[in-house]
Amino acid sequence: MAAIEILGLEKTYSIGFWRKRQKHALRPLNLKVEEGEIFGFLGPNGAGKTTTLKLLMGLIFPTAGSARILGMELDDPRMKAQIGFLPEQPYFYDYLTARELLEYYGQLSGVEAKLRSSRVNEVLHRVGLPDVGGVQLRKFSKGMLQRVGIAQAILHDPRVVFFDEPMSGLDPMGRREVRDLMEQLKVEGKTVFFSTHILSDAEALCDRVAIIHQGELRGVGAVADLTSSVHGKVEVVWQGTVVPASLRALGAECHVTRDTVRAMLSEANQDAAIEALRRERLRLVSVTPVRTSLEDYYLQKLQPPNATVRVGAKVGTTV
Amino acid sequence: MTSRIAHIASNTFREAVRDRVLYNLIVFALLMSAAAVVVGQISIDIERLVVINLGLTAVSLFGMVIAIFIGIGLVSKEIERRTLYTVLSRPVRRWEFIVGKFFGLAGTLAVNTFFMAIGVFVALLYVSHHFQQQDRWVLVALYFIILQFLILTALTLFFSSFSSPLLSAVFAFSLFVIGSFAEDLRGFAGMTHGATRWLATGAAYLVPNFSALNVITSVAHSQPVSGQLVLDNSAYALVYTAMAICGAVLVFEHRNLK
Repeated sequence: MAAIEILGLEKTYSIGFWRKRQKHALRPLNLKVEEGEIFGFLGPNGAGKTTTLKLLMGLIFPTAGSARILGMELDDPRMKAQIGFLPEQPYFYDYLTARELLEYYGQLSGVEAKLRSSRVNEVLHRVGLPDVGGVQLRKFSKGMLQRVGIAQAILHDPRVVFFDEPMSGLDPMGRREVRDLMEQLKVEGKTVFFSTHILSDAEALCDRVAIIHQGELRGVGAVADLTSSVHGKVEVVWQGTVVPASLRALGAECHVTRDTVRAMLSEANQDAAIEALRRERLRLVSVTPVRTSLEDYYLQKLQPPNATVRVGAKVGTTV
Repeated sequence: MTSRIAHIASNTFREAVRDRVLYNLIVFALLMSAAAVVVGQISIDIERLVVINLGLTAVSLFGMVIAIFIGIGLVSKEIERRTLYTVLSRPVRRWEFIVGKFFGLAGTLAVNTFFMAIGVFVALLYVSHHFQQQDRWVLVALYFIILQFLILTALTLFFSSFSSPLLSAVFAFSLFVIGSFAEDLRGFAGMTHGATRWLATGAAYLVPNFSALNVITSVAHSQPVSGQLVLDNSAYALVYTAMAICGAVLVFEHRNLK
């Protein structure tokens, strides 16, 4: 059974006061997320990511289409007891302390009274806020509120967790901690569906990603597949600042930086290039196939269908 | 289901307390103390009348202000601040949220009225030196005031479910004022003819009849309140409140939370 199954989900708003116009916030979306996956929902601002999440949470209603989570309808309270949700830039009842807020959400989620307090302590510890449980939320920074948001999303041990821009407002350390937390959730068998426009997070975390732009799904696939396509080119890196003439003759595009040279050339000329470096007694550092990065794929999918894009123009590998 | 409504109600009550809504009790206590002292000094055998009139009117007005000014934000503030997102993504149905919010504010008003009622009776005791048999009608008047609050809270919640806080306040306050003259409106409807009569009668019965729930003057004059009126008013207030809450639920069930 799929954790999330979206079938032709669509959202259209009527805008304008006098002459109403239709705005397609989400064009028919079909998507399936398997249990235990970390699934990244990528797209620029205004692409339709939050609209999709709001539809799945039942906060707005679809114009057409349907979706099921854990095989249940979106308005089924049994399903909602098994999901967690972190909204974008969350705001909470600021007259409550972090502990009171989590207790309240625990009550609403049906966490048993005898387990509630220990669960609250556990999640506060897990998001790095063990010492501020008694502090009113109005005194929290943006990053701390984000952590509380993550805590409330996982408080009731949900099977599927939805995060809308989970890294927003976090410092580098906080982002790292959230990444670790998401990986831990996967180890625990949870399904994590998160939206982001930070591609490095998605590339580091996700099993699969979908790219959405202007309310339309532009691509979906496993990160490993999307980033493994080789374009018949290799990057050769060596120490020094000298570029042998024989290498230029092979059609290499070279970039000299301080004490290393990077050359991009056809995979067919790889052996000849290595031989040329050996002849010139230059120290070879690496030979790496040029692969599509997630960024390449993302940028390609954001282009209009008939636009030409230089995929692989940017080297995604490191020396 | 019941427990979720109770948790939402309890949180709404806690919000009101933490937002210092009950501080109005201090103002009320000062008002009653001043009234009791002043009336005691100018005693011309109308102390009870003045204290009951002033006390119950103040209870009504203070409660009305609280019902409207908290009620208008019950739903709209939650949508605006997006606090609702993390509530409705849990196993909480929208109608449970509305009903929980209603009971939370109604509870706040009941507690507030309870403490104000103590203030009224203390002031009465101060000016009369002892309670009288007819003082029990003050309790009935207070009960009617609470019924008014229930209707007003439900109406404010209804407006809050689809309108901005400012407009909700205007609608609720207008209805409170018009409803306070509902009997006059019905009398006016009886004097008109044709389509105007139909319209006026419809309007007169649509607005909440707060005037029937106002027995302050008769209680101040030690006139008893009939058991039939208590029953009729209770049934009327409960039905009207339930209808307004149903309206709020109907609107809110279909609302997109942008």
